[in-house]
Amino acid sequence: MNRANIGFFWLPLSVALGIVLGIVPLPDAVAPMRPYFLGLILTYWLLETPDRVGMGAAFTIGLIGDLAFGTLIGEQALRLTVLAFIVQRFRARLRFFPLWQQSLAVFALLVNDRVIAAAVRMALGENVPRWPFWLSPLLALPLWPWLVVLFDTLRMRARERRP
Amino acid sequence: MAYPGSSTARFGDSGSGTLRLLVYLALGVAMMVSDHRGGVLARVRQGATVAIEPVWWLASLPARLIEFTEAAVSNQTRLNRENTDLQQQLLLAKARIQRLESLGQENESLRGLLGGTRGYKLGVQLAGILDIDLDPVQQRIVLDVGANQGAHVDQVVIDAGGVLGQVIAVTPTRATALLITDPDAAVPVQAVRSGLRLIAYGTGHSDRLTVPNIPQSGDIKVGDELITSGIGGRFPAGFPVGRVAAVESDPSHAFVAASVIPAARLDRSGNVLLVSNLSDDAAPVGPPMPDDLPARRAAAALALRAATAKLPRSTATAPTVPSAQPAQTQPPTERRR
Repeated sequence: MNRANIGFFWLPLSVALGIVLGIVPLPDAVAPMRPYFLGLILTYWLLETPDRVGMGAAFTIGLIGDLAFGTLIGEQALRLTVLAFIVQRFRARLRFFPLWQQSLAVFALLVNDRVIAAAVRMALGENVPRWPFWLSPLLALPLWPWLVVLFDTLRMRARERRP
Repeated sequence: MAYPGSSTARFGDSGSGTLRLLVYLALGVAMMVSDHRGGVLARVRQGATVAIEPVWWLASLPARLIEFTEAAVSNQTRLNRENTDLQQQLLLAKARIQRLESLGQENESLRGLLGGTRGYKLGVQLAGILDIDLDPVQQRIVLDVGANQGAHVDQVVIDAGGVLGQVIAVTPTRATALLITDPDAAVPVQAVRSGLRLIAYGTGHSDRLTVPNIPQSGDIKVGDELITSGIGGRFPAGFPVGRVAAVESDPSHAFVAASVIPAARLDRSGNVLLVSNLSDDAAPVGPPMPDDLPARRAAAALALRAATAKLPRSTATAPTVPSAQPAQTQPPTERRR
């Protein structure tokens, strides 16, 4: 199994994980602060396998997310496409940042993502989201290094097992 | 170029990347607008929901697992506590029942001492309504029990709310009952609050009874509950008949007339109970049947009131005079037979 195939296998699995983590019921007080796992996971793949995951994949994953989360169809697709565009732009730099710096960059990405989400909601006539909504990137910040380490390890193991 | 779905573009060529971004953005916005308007995408979403179902199931798994564990752990203690609680309640209930039983026995014996014939010993039988005849001139129901099942004329028909009517004809398999709202029906009643004895007549409307000829001094007002008085032995005492909805003086200003809403659900019941009076002497208390009336009428001072079967209603009542009771005992259902 070559590298592309490994990526092909892990990508849907991780996206499914991201969706499940995004749906898992949480107490109402905590739910708005839920980190955007789908965005985190997509960012990882955009950085690691740019030849397989681009804006098209981001858009598709976003659509799946929309259907799963029950958000407006196209909302997450739009958000993830923007995310993918920015990551692609700065990939060369992001890729070689130290992990903590990378985390800050991801934090900025997710804040931007929240801004877009809020803009979409306001365009639909909803109110400005309350403060827990903006805490989500802050919670995602410490998650990023762990996610990178976990996925890297898993992929490394898989590669070792099947040379 | 910008094909949705192609993922070959990477670094460099920023112009192409921007173009692709714009195309995707436009696509996303178009989809959102379409979905917001509830068009084709609504159906797509419905279809997709089926496919997404397992994901939801998976996502709810942790919560359910936690719930299950919690229940398993807490069950033992909870059951124990519940058990003790229930046992205590059972003891209390038992004690209460025993008290009630003793009260019932006491009541029985007291009634025995009083020669209780007020119809508290009742036999009941469940009957279904087969046919309903609700028009202004006659209000009757046909029940699915007959003489074969033990139904007989003069049995009282009640439902959960109160008195419904009285059986006036019986065939081997069917019984016909006259509703209390039939224009020909009359029920001896008593106001619960004041004890005032009255007679309620049917009006032909299934939601209204009328109580005419209440003396001006009669203590009755809106909201009073009327129950059967048991006088005359036709209707057992104590069943709810209705509630006074309006009180107004009649045109002559000599009497007051009350309008009563029946307590029984006359137009809604599906099953009713046939009540028979199991008192020791089967003969009704009170005056003789209408057949004997002429003789009585001639004989006694009661005559004035006893003739209600044929006379207009205005002569029927003088409720505060004890000797007026015979008037109330006129079996109303007899009048059409």
